[in-house]
Amino acid sequence: MIRYFIPLGVLVVVVVLLALGIHQAPRKDLVPSPLIGKPAPSFALPSLTDPAKQVTSASLRGHWYLFNVWGTWCVSCHIEEPELLAIAHTGLVPLIGLDWKDSRSQAISYLRQKGNPYQQIAFDPGGLEAIHWGVYGAPETFLVNPQGIIVYKYIGPITPHAWTHDILPRLPAGQTVRGS
Amino acid sequence: MRRLSRTRTALLAALALLAAPFAHAIAPTRMPTPALQARYERLIHGFRCMQCQDESLANSPVSLAADMRRQIRQMLLAGKTDQQIRNFFVARYGYFILFKPPFVAKTAWLWLAPGVLLAIGAVSAAWVIRRRAALVGPEDTDEDESLDDGLLGPGKHS
Repeated sequence: MIRYFIPLGVLVVVVVLLALGIHQAPRKDLVPSPLIGKPAPSFALPSLTDPAKQVTSASLRGHWYLFNVWGTWCVSCHIEEPELLAIAHTGLVPLIGLDWKDSRSQAISYLRQKGNPYQQIAFDPGGLEAIHWGVYGAPETFLVNPQGIIVYKYIGPITPHAWTHDILPRLPAGQTVRGS
Repeated sequence: MRRLSRTRTALLAALALLAAPFAHAIAPTRMPTPALQARYERLIHGFRCMQCQDESLANSPVSLAADMRRQIRQMLLAGKTDQQIRNFFVARYGYFILFKPPFVAKTAWLWLAPGVLLAIGAVSAAWVIRRRAALVGPEDTDEDESLDDGLLGPGKHS
């Protein structure tokens, strides 16, 4: 009798595998980053707001920060902007921006109009810095710990849910923004 | 006459629309030597465009792919080996960026699964054929109706 159930068992296994595959398929856009648990790329880029100044990874050592890749051309970045302002308002973690493949004047007028959630913004008009972070779309947000290790990556516009469920729990309790 | 020229304009517009997809064609990159050019071409065909995913860097019109091609060009000019360039992108984007993933622990099942499945199929086929052959063996004098029962009783004929 058992041998009649063997093909049925094989069928069930195949169906389960296919179901899992189909279930995962829509998340094909979320490619897991190999950089999680690894040191964040070291960089020294001109500041968006003040070209004479630099934003450096070395200066960010010693405290937690959210590294947010954005651009004025990126529609999803406009969507997450209010949430970024809300995060900045909590004072729990500083936002460091990477203005990716953008125009300086457009970016500055965008921030003037919508509000600037960032403590510092690095300017990457050529787009080569973003490659070092494994960025393949905007917005992408990296949570970096005081040792400079990337703890978490969030792909897509940050929602209030993503902030409270994915990012906030990874921050140590009692964390506050350290001025720079 | 006026009508004709309007028709012509419409035709031209239609042609221009038809040609639009090709306007995206990738501007060819010139490397200083044919050897570098060949390596460049091979490399850009081997990387996935992370934005469009099913296209290679060689065929993708998106600007991220252009940036990546520029990065590859710079690394080649700086004297990096193909393997160093591959490692650079894998470290940042994972094996997903390679169209041909390497054989490592994480991808082993990907490479071995077809062989394993084929082996399972071959073994089961051999097993079934052997049993069937044994059923019609000389000492099997049972009538046809009992064939199925014979199949149900493993070890009866062996």
